[in-house]
Amino acid sequence: MTPSAEPLLVVRDLRVAFGRARNEVLHGLSFTVGARERVGVIGESGSGKSVTALAVMGLLAENATVAGSVRLHGRELVGLGDRELSALRGDQLSMVFQEPMTALDPTMTVGRQVAEVLRLHQDTPHGTARERVVAMLGEVGLADPERVADAYPHALSGGQRQRCVLAMALINRPDLVICDEPTTALDVTVQARVLRLLDAELDAAEAACLFISHDLAVVSQVCSRILVMLDGEIVEDGSVGDVFTRPRHSYTQGLVATARLDQVPPGTRLPTVEDFYARDAGGRRGAP
Amino acid sequence: MSLTSAVLRRLLLFAASLVGASALIFVAVNALPGDVAQVMLGTGASPEAVAALRERYGLDRPAIVRYAAWIGGLATGDLGTSYLTGESVVSQVAPRLGVTLWLVSFAIVVALVVAIPQGMVAAMFRRRWQGAVASAASQLGLAVPAFYAGILLVVVFAVKLRWLPANGYRPLIGDDGWHVREWAERLVLPVASLAVVQASVLTRYVRSAFVEVLSEDWFRTARSVGWTRWRALWRHGVRNAAISVVTVLGLQLATMLVGAIVVEQVFSLPGLGTLLLTAVGNRDLQLVQGVVLLLVGAVLVINLLVDLSYLAIDPRLRDGGGRGGGSR
Amino acid sequence: MKRAPLYLGAVLVGLVVLAALGSLVWTPYDPAAIVGPKLAAPSFAHPVGTDHLGRDVISRLLVGARATVAVGVVAVALAAGGGVPLGLIAGMSDGRYAQGRRGAWLSEALMRAVDVLYAFPALLLAILLAAAVGASTATAMVAIGVATIPAFARIARAATLTVMTQDFVLAARASGTSVGATAVRHVLPNIAPVLGVQASVSFGIAILAEAGLSYLGLATPPPTPTWGRMLREGQNVLFGAPEQALWPGLAIAVAVLGLNLLGDGLRDLLDPRLREVS
Repeated sequence: MTPSAEPLLVVRDLRVAFGRARNEVLHGLSFTVGARERVGVIGESGSGKSVTALAVMGLLAENATVAGSVRLHGRELVGLGDRELSALRGDQLSMVFQEPMTALDPTMTVGRQVAEVLRLHQDTPHGTARERVVAMLGEVGLADPERVADAYPHALSGGQRQRCVLAMALINRPDLVICDEPTTALDVTVQARVLRLLDAELDAAEAACLFISHDLAVVSQVCSRILVMLDGEIVEDGSVGDVFTRPRHSYTQGLVATARLDQVPPGTRLPTVEDFYARDAGGRRGAP
Repeated sequence: MSLTSAVLRRLLLFAASLVGASALIFVAVNALPGDVAQVMLGTGASPEAVAALRERYGLDRPAIVRYAAWIGGLATGDLGTSYLTGESVVSQVAPRLGVTLWLVSFAIVVALVVAIPQGMVAAMFRRRWQGAVASAASQLGLAVPAFYAGILLVVVFAVKLRWLPANGYRPLIGDDGWHVREWAERLVLPVASLAVVQASVLTRYVRSAFVEVLSEDWFRTARSVGWTRWRALWRHGVRNAAISVVTVLGLQLATMLVGAIVVEQVFSLPGLGTLLLTAVGNRDLQLVQGVVLLLVGAVLVINLLVDLSYLAIDPRLRDGGGRGGGSR
Repeated sequence: MKRAPLYLGAVLVGLVVLAALGSLVWTPYDPAAIVGPKLAAPSFAHPVGTDHLGRDVISRLLVGARATVAVGVVAVALAAGGGVPLGLIAGMSDGRYAQGRRGAWLSEALMRAVDVLYAFPALLLAILLAAAVGASTATAMVAIGVATIPAFARIARAATLTVMTQDFVLAARASGTSVGATAVRHVLPNIAPVLGVQASVSFGIAILAEAGLSYLGLATPPPTPTWGRMLREGQNVLFGAPEQALWPGLAIAVAVLGLNLLGDGLRDLLDPRLREVS
């Protein structure tokens, strides 16, 4: 990996529109992610956070029009062909999706699916691949990884499947891992464990992370910087500490207030986001 | 529900269907108004001839008895004896079985070879012109009866271009050795006629199966780990789409047999189809009964095999846990 | 542009129906009469030429449309009349407030019985009937109709099951409506659109079946012209006058294409994700 003056991922004025009508969903996003940096993306549904992730990966639907610049290691990704992008996916950047129950091919054993990722990008003989797959499955915290490798997805629980997906995303030690609500669909008890696992694995792989969530608390556990998205734009960009103590945008203020309900004095009214940032009937935005 | 009981259940269902089908056939042929013997010999036959026929074949017995006799014969592989010619149904079917089998088998293979790529293209490019073309082509194929396709092909290749014969058949292995070329060139047009129509039907199902694959989460995962769209579709999509494709093949088998019957007539191929149609013309009821049962039985057997093959293709069914289950 | 299939289909079907109905009132020539030289080329007098006996082809095509439409309509009506009640009963006994296991068993048994018919395409049934009582328009109608019953039964059952999960059905039952009244007043109107799509598709299949039966001589006997038999007659003169076989086949293709497009268009109109119709 040649060191470059540019940060790992540089997104400049990213615009995404869908359909023939060109409904613009992302209105010129700009942000960076440095090597080994953990950046969280917070927003409600419809804010465009998943679209951003898919745009970086080049996995948007066919009717999407992408404009602007997304550079990974200084290399422009927007406009790159499927072949070239595929060489990068799973190797230099990878993604973990929200719903583990449907994320794996039901007709293939888990081990084979993980091995595929390995052998797609690295010339690995069959036997060595198997060893590395089992090792990886053990690393992501699956008990009895040999058995899991030979199992079909329907035999595994949600938490187990998500760990498999993590194994697939990390096995080639990518530089950037994009996580789209990776723990939202899991039980609360499992969530905490998977988050800790993610933290450890990102460290081990020396990977940067773009962590998308609607939960400010979760994001603040894993990330060092936070981006707040609203209606297809980034309205806040700062370190976790800054965002929590000195949020600049009123929407962020609302989010922070509602994330800390335990700090509200008893007897007083609980805050809502609308207290800080409201949309009037015409959809106009601004502080109330 | 374990694997064994799943298999048993399907076998039982097959047996019941076979019995039901045989009853339907028997009733349709024998229980309709009109005296069976009279029908066979025609209105001009003398009463003595009719009476003789009835006695010879025990047509005075009640229908149930005759049905039981027929079914009983099946157990020993006897499909009945033609009242008209005195020959057993089996002996008349055997020499013609090969032709029909070649026709249908090749047609299925050709249809699959055409339909799978065509369906994939129709699915992948469904928002663009290539997909529209693929879909339009299959629409045309659906609107055309197999025998019309056959006739058109004959006009082009036999009448105008004179590349291939218009009808007739030469067996693969004759008394004087192999006739691969003559055998093959007489099968090309019939197989093509059947396959064109079948491919169009299959393409629609293949297309929708792949469209579904394209929207699955695990397809997106496959792409995110580095498969290009086409390779992901091929590697992960085909196996998952196979279930729908196999289903449709099973359902289409009956239609294909019918298509084969007609195509045999168009090209004067000495197969089961022409045997059946001649038998109808001659009012040879026993022969009709036997051949129809054979055909229907074949369809039921194939569908049973298709059903059993699901257990092989879809690992979720194997453990008897159904879909979407999880252990821990 | 998106609705193009629907409109095109409607136009094509309309043409065929118009030909069939129109032929009852008027045809250029008497289809059975010899009005010109044999196998004459298309001319102003005979836009599509004459057949091997000297009869005007266009007139025969128009009259042939009658058999096609008639057999199609009756066969589909038979199939719907037989299949829809079966599917409806199966669906309603399988529903949430059926008699529990007994109801599910009835539903299952009904559908299995109907499934046996799946192994009997129209041609085989027509062959059976023809062997027993001789071929005619009626045997063709019955054969095609009975062979199409499973398709209607299945789709009626599937649609019924979907409707049964809706709250307004539950409400009707809770307010005392009998099962029969629920079926007629609530379920039937709601499954009607899906059945309409199936009817269009089945009509197309029926036309193909009728053409095949006519070609084989297992449907309407001569002298009434049918498209299938005209194809057969055309095949006899293939080497001398290949165009004879072209026209009836084209007519069949137009009719079936129209019905398929109509069915697809209707399906898209109702719900782009409707996939059960076969």
